Amino acid sequence: MRAAYHYIRRNPSLALGIALLAALALFVVIGSLMVDTENARPLSAPALRPPSADYPFGTDRQGRDLFAVMVAGTPLTLRIGFVAGFIGVGLGTALAFIAAYYRGLADTVIRGVADIGLTVPGLLVLIIIAVSIKGTLTVNQMAIIIASLAWLYPTRTIRAQVLSLRERGYVEVARLSGMSGPGIIFFELMPNLLPYLAATLVNGVSAAILASIGLEVLGLGPIDSPTLGMTLYWVNFNAAMINGWWWWWTAPTVIILTVFLGLFFLTVGLDEIANPRLRRSA
Amino acid sequence: MRPAYIARRFGVFLLIVWLAATLNFFLPRLSGQDPVRAKLLEQAALGGYVQGGIEEMTREYERRFGLDQPLWRQYLTYLRDVSRLDFNYSIANYPRTVNELIADAVPWTVSLLGTTTLLSFGIGSLLGALLAWPRAPRWMRWLMPPLWALHAIPFFLLGLILTYLLAFRLPLLPIFGGYSAGAVPALNWRFAWDVFQHALLPALSIILVSTGGWALGMRGMMVTTMGEDYVLFAEAKGLKASTVFLRYCVRNAVLPQVTALALALGQILSGAVLVEVIFGYPGIGTLLYQAIRENDHFVIQGIVFTVIVALGFTTFVLDVIYPWLDPRISDRRG
Repeated sequence: MRAAYHYIRRNPSLALGIALLAALALFVVIGSLMVDTENARPLSAPALRPPSADYPFGTDRQGRDLFAVMVAGTPLTLRIGFVAGFIGVGLGTALAFIAAYYRGLADTVIRGVADIGLTVPGLLVLIIIAVSIKGTLTVNQMAIIIASLAWLYPTRTIRAQVLSLRERGYVEVARLSGMSGPGIIFFELMPNLLPYLAATLVNGVSAAILASIGLEVLGLGPIDSPTLGMTLYWVNFNAAMINGWWWWWTAPTVIILTVFLGLFFLTVGLDEIANPRLRRSA
Repeated sequence: MRPAYIARRFGVFLLIVWLAATLNFFLPRLSGQDPVRAKLLEQAALGGYVQGGIEEMTREYERRFGLDQPLWRQYLTYLRDVSRLDFNYSIANYPRTVNELIADAVPWTVSLLGTTTLLSFGIGSLLGALLAWPRAPRWMRWLMPPLWALHAIPFFLLGLILTYLLAFRLPLLPIFGGYSAGAVPALNWRFAWDVFQHALLPALSIILVSTGGWALGMRGMMVTTMGEDYVLFAEAKGLKASTVFLRYCVRNAVLPQVTALALALGQILSGAVLVEVIFGYPGIGTLLYQAIRENDHFVIQGIVFTVIVALGFTTFVLDVIYPWLDPRISDRRG
C-alpha cells in the first residue's frame, strides 16, 4: 500500500487518470441510487427545464431527465468503448505476434492490410458499415462495428514492439533451449509487453469511444439508447446551442471531457511504467 | 531506385482506390437493402395513398439503374463509373448529380482543413522543438499541461465549448454556417471577410486540439535528436545556437513528424467531418450528415469514395516528397 502510494507520487499522470475515472464511476453509482434511469426515456419529465432541485441537470426538449440520461448513458458509452477496445486490442495483439514472431508471408499480409487500412479515414468506413445495416442499431452492434477497424492501430504498434523484443538475448536462449513458438510468445514476450499492452488497450478504448460518439453525432447510433453521443446528436438536431438551452449540452460535454482526459492521463501514466526512460526527458 | 519506389507507392494508391470502390459496392448489398424500393415506398407513404403499381415502378427504376443485372456485371459497371468519377444522381436532390454536390462542398473543406492542418503542424512542431530546447524562455514550460489536455479532447467538443464562449456569451463571431444568411456568394472583399469570420471558430477548434499533438510528438523527437553526437559536435565547433537549433536539431527531428502527418490525415479528416456538422459549415462533412439523414446512399458512397481516394493521393504525394526531405530513404531498398 505504501509502495503504491509512493509510486503514484512519482507518476502523477497515472494518479490523475485514475482519479478522473473513479470520479466518473462514483457519479454513476451514486447517481443510480438517486434517480430512476427510466426517466432517461422521453416524456418522463416536463420539457426544457433548466437545472433545478428536481432536475439537477435540467430536462431536454423530448422530456428526458438529463440527470437520468447521464447516469444511464455514461456506462453505455463506456461499454461500447470497452467492448470495441478489448476486441480490437485482442485481435491486434494476436495478429501482431503472429506477424512479428513468424515473419514471412503472414507478416507481409498483416502489415500490408494494417498500413493500408490506417491511411483510410476510419469514421467514413464505419459510416458505410453503419448505413448498410438494416433497422436501428443496438449498443452491442455499435461496439462490434467499431471493433471491425479497432485492431489496425494496435497491430501496427505492437508489431513494432515485438520486432525489437524478439532479437533480445533471452528470447534467443529460449529458442535454443527448444521452447516452442507459442511458448516463447506467451511466456517470454507477452509478460514483458504487459504494461505496453495495457497502455495500448486504454488508448484503444479511448479511440473506440471517440468513434462511437462520432457515429452517434452523425445520427448513426442506437437511436433508442441514451448514450452520451446520442445526447449530443439531439443537442445538435434541436439546435440547443442557438436556442440558449445551455444545460442540455453542458452535462454530456463535461462527462465526455472527463472520460477522454481520464483515459489520456491513464495512458500517459501507463506509458511511463512501460518505458521508464521517458522519465528522464519529462 | 526512384522510379521503382514511386511506382510501388502508386500501386498502393491504386490498391486503396480499388478497395474503397469494392467496399462501397459490396457492403450495402450484403445487407440486402433496396434503396430504390425504400425511397419509392417512402414517397408513396408521404403522398398518403397506396400505390398500386409500385412493383412495376421499382422494376422500371431497377432496370434504369442497372440493378436487374447479375452482380458481377453491376460490379464491373460500378468500377467503370467510379473510374470516371461518376457517382450517379443524388436520390434526395434528384436532378443534381452526386458530383455536383461534392464539387460544391469540396472547396470549403479543403480550404478549412488544408489551412488548419498546415498551421497546426507548423506551429505545433516549432512549439514542440522549443519546448525541448534548453535555451527557450522559461514561461514556455507552462504551455505543456494545457497543450496535453487540449490534445485529448475531440475537435467537435472543443468546438461546442468555443461556440458557447465566443459566439453565444460574447457574440464576437458568427455561430453557424459558412457565410451569413443574406450574403450573396461572390468574389469580393466583403464576402471573403464574411467567410473568414465564419471559418474562424471551426478552424480554431481544429488548430487548438491538433497543435498539442504535433508539439508532443516533436518534443519527443527533439529530446532524442539533441542527444546525438553530431549535435554535440556542432555545439563544440562553436556554431551559432540558432544554426544548431534549426539546421541540426529541427531538420532531423521533423522527419518522423512528416511520416506521422501522412498517417494522421485520416483521423484529422474524421474529426473535421464532425466539426463541420457542429458548425453547419457547408463542406463535405455537412453534406455527408444531410445525406445520412435523408438516406441518400449514392451521396454517402460518393463522398466516402472521393475522400478515401483524395487522402490516398495525399499520402502518395507525401510518400514521394519524403525521400527529398530525407535523402537516406532513396538509397535504401524497402
